Amino acid sequence: MTSQVSSPAEQADDADDVVVGEQRGAPSQHGAEKEIRRLERVIIRFAGDSGDGMQLTGDRFTSETASFGNDLSTLPNFPAEIRAPAGTLPGVSSFQLHFADHDILTPGDAPNVLVAMNPAALKANIGDVPRGGEIIVNTDEFAKRAMAKVGYATSPLEDGTLEGYHVHPVPLTTLTIEALKGFGLSRKEAERSKNMFALGLLSWMYHRPTEGTEAFLRTKFAKRPAIAEANVAAFRAGWNFGETTEDFAVSYEIAPATNAFPPGTYRNISGNLALAYGLIAAAHQAELPLFLGSYPITPASDILHELSRHKNFGVRTFQAEDEIAGIGAALGAAFGGSLAVTTTSGPGVALKSETIGLAVSLELPLLVVDIQRGGPSTGLPTKTEQADLLQAMYGRNGEAPVPVIAPRTPADCFDAALDAARIALTYRTPVFLLSDGYLANGSEPWRIPDPGGLPDLGVAFATAPNHRLADGTEVFWPYLRDPATLARPWAVPGTPGLEHRIGGIEKQDGTGNISYDPGNHELMVRTRQAKIDGIEVPDVTVDDPDGARTLVLGWGSTYGPITAAVRRLRAAGEPVAQAHLRHLNPFPANLGEVLGRYAKVVVPEMNLGQLATLVRARYLVDAHSYNQVNGMPFKAEQLAAALKEAIHD
Amino acid sequence: MTETTTPPAHGEGDGTAHGAKPGPAPAAKSGPAAPAEPPGALKLVPRAEAPQTMKDFKTDQEVRWCPGCGDYAVLAAVQGFMPELGVARENIVFVSGIGCSSRFPYYMNTYGMHSIHGRAPAIATGLAASRPDLSVWVVTGDGDALSIGGNHLIHALRRNVNLKILLFNNRIYGLTKGQYSPTSELGKITKSTPMGSLDAPFNPVSLAIGAEASFVARTVDSDRKHLTEVLRQAAHHPGTVLVEIYQNCNIFNDGAFELLKDKQQAQEAVIRLEHGRPVRFGTDDTKGVVRDPATGELEVVTVTPGNEDRVLVHDARATSPATAFALSRLADPDTLHHTPIGVYRSVDRPVYDTLMSEQLDTAAEQQGRGDLGALLAGTDTWTVAG
Repeated sequence: MTSQVSSPAEQADDADDVVVGEQRGAPSQHGAEKEIRRLERVIIRFAGDSGDGMQLTGDRFTSETASFGNDLSTLPNFPAEIRAPAGTLPGVSSFQLHFADHDILTPGDAPNVLVAMNPAALKANIGDVPRGGEIIVNTDEFAKRAMAKVGYATSPLEDGTLEGYHVHPVPLTTLTIEALKGFGLSRKEAERSKNMFALGLLSWMYHRPTEGTEAFLRTKFAKRPAIAEANVAAFRAGWNFGETTEDFAVSYEIAPATNAFPPGTYRNISGNLALAYGLIAAAHQAELPLFLGSYPITPASDILHELSRHKNFGVRTFQAEDEIAGIGAALGAAFGGSLAVTTTSGPGVALKSETIGLAVSLELPLLVVDIQRGGPSTGLPTKTEQADLLQAMYGRNGEAPVPVIAPRTPADCFDAALDAARIALTYRTPVFLLSDGYLANGSEPWRIPDPGGLPDLGVAFATAPNHRLADGTEVFWPYLRDPATLARPWAVPGTPGLEHRIGGIEKQDGTGNISYDPGNHELMVRTRQAKIDGIEVPDVTVDDPDGARTLVLGWGSTYGPITAAVRRLRAAGEPVAQAHLRHLNPFPANLGEVLGRYAKVVVPEMNLGQLATLVRARYLVDAHSYNQVNGMPFKAEQLAAALKEAIHD
Repeated sequence: MTETTTPPAHGEGDGTAHGAKPGPAPAAKSGPAAPAEPPGALKLVPRAEAPQTMKDFKTDQEVRWCPGCGDYAVLAAVQGFMPELGVARENIVFVSGIGCSSRFPYYMNTYGMHSIHGRAPAIATGLAASRPDLSVWVVTGDGDALSIGGNHLIHALRRNVNLKILLFNNRIYGLTKGQYSPTSELGKITKSTPMGSLDAPFNPVSLAIGAEASFVARTVDSDRKHLTEVLRQAAHHPGTVLVEIYQNCNIFNDGAFELLKDKQQAQEAVIRLEHGRPVRFGTDDTKGVVRDPATGELEVVTVTPGNEDRVLVHDARATSPATAFALSRLADPDTLHHTPIGVYRSVDRPVYDTLMSEQLDTAAEQQGRGDLGALLAGTDTWTVAG
């Protein structure tokens, strides 16, 4: 999912899996030849109970895969409950990983391999696995009661439910306990390592490097070396099980995605981590201290956690008493000269609205990071959605325009944070950064930037009076604007001679004094709007190699699925143009012209048509919506089908 | 960016240099005219280079409170008292919420922010926590602080951020024209409660003590000398200060504190608390506060030679808040008879922003100053050759 690479359309990403030639044998340690096949790409889904450690397992497999050099994209999917009732369908936690020897864009539609740790995991996920897929089940958990709990009257392992699948029944629990016999652990403790056994087995199947995971386990359990070694042993036992058991006759190689990546040093990164790094980098480039005021909320809390670990960068993190105090403290810090940020999700934005309005009126830089999730109200805390766009655009009293920026991939969250900071600092305005749960928790390879190449975000505080009164007195006017940007001066407390008062009451143009004058209010409302409208944003680029009639317009995290769908269509001979927006307010200056070039505009969104509404209102374009609000990202195949229908409609 | 516009130093872990100080660091700003460095809350705040006067703290804005409003007296007291702090005017910030009293910042020639209803403590927390070189004051009212902003108030108090909160309590909503407030007496008849209000009032001093406040005081708008003395102690207290100021709204709740202001009646109604002094009041100090040995409750008695040694000696620095709380319950909530004024409680407790700065220092010591390149690179990388 390397966004920096524009891959040629000949690569039908996410198309049905292709097994390419070159089968060869390799001697196993028992001397028997085991077949090795080469694949271009694989989608694996680990699924188990919330307490089974599936997210950790997925993370480790991802790290192994990243260090091996495949391109990859991940989709963690877990319930909002910390420990949902064991063995139930709502308690299933899964982690899907798509990795390939080429540039890929999504975590994949349908898993080729499902690892099901219990009957609930099997039942919840089997529908997504096409016939012919491989299913590794932990047979130990398929007791009558556990099966009955999820509605299996008979064992799906025996009653034909899994006919057509390539099933590997593995007693994972028993094997793990057996492997850890010498470790003096209780049965319960030993059982907990079964996810590492599964990871070992999958690592063998796909020839993953293992050193990283072993080192990780020893670091993670540094204070409990016995547990560390037990996990390493379970991991190795899983590997050896694959190597020796006849049931696993084939293993697979997926070559590094050498051509998918420009030269450079890479790491794997999730959206929230990239966003946190982007904020630290922005403060560094602006030479301002970073201040985060935040209240814990899923799926944004990881940014608070991450930033709180970097106090040595001068980062101040403030866990407030509520969402309102989180942004309030940030605004206070902005007044004091910090690069100020608040992080939240949709419900938190609702609470912060009044303070965002105040920031609009005060014209202070402030980043409002919204990691969108399913709504309304509490909605789906751990699932993704893009339904806060109109809230970000319009969710305030009065005319209160705020720039809106949306990253398109997990790694892009880094660049988007820098861009949001640029706008906030240059134009002295609050800025919305709209990520979402899919980007936040998903991950992909990221070419590590050279700090020397990052943009200069330097800000000049006001230091001297900026206006001469008729009597010759030099004074400071806090609302005297820069004619180019319409930004007002940022004079921070501690600057002698520039003492001034600002507030949420309408201010007189220039002086900033309270003013209820009708003409002045009209001027100030229009000026604030003009300032946002005048923000410099790059033109939107259109990818249209075939001179298509239909344009697909997207924004934010749908970039991966839309691009994958577009590749499929082009591979099938359907011309289609694609444009993707980072800047939702203001729109790129050329957007109207771009839209006007196409007979048809289709806007896929994970909401009920919010960008489409904006585009229709602004450009009088008959934009067609394609919407999905099931808490999950689009699947490329479905999207391609829908786009095809739209093209021929 | 020129040298003179250097923004706050990035990546500095020390608590003192974090200020976005255009110009020299706080300590270097002390001119020869400045008095010795004050203790406590103002330790990191630069000193004024020259003596200041009350006039320096007045703005050119027309004061727009109703004629006769108690706010005028408080404004005059604050403007008159500020010069004696000897702090650089540009390092003083007044933050307010919404309400009549919240117009206060417009009239102070310092930095100021008139924010939104109830949120001033939160906004001021962010400012104070990120700028230890500022003296940050919050001006709020009974509706602003105790109704819509109650949550922020209690959390500011428990955190002990370096904020001085002046709570103007007139027991009424003034700016919205006369509805009852969270400190109005039960049964208050107002526009929104024609048959009398149904909710019991807050006692702001009790509330603050319950919220772990390290400094709690009460004073009266019209008693300039007392008000100034309380402000003096408040300004130097490290941590959050809550000063409740009984303030007359002559339009919607006129005379609410008349009992405490009328010279004759005040003798019997007001109890002046002074640290280390017996709690005595009334004509010729004939009344005193004693503790009932059986219940631990405080009560007012007529002092006699027989009970004189039982009269409570006020200890604002007591570790336990129990006696301060008991004092805050002495007054009759309706009539305000037996209202203690003065500093109820003033104890040393770790200050939030100091602790925050120390964590930054510690992190820098333990991990070294942040290295952006190393952070971005992490530890798990791979290289794609060209």
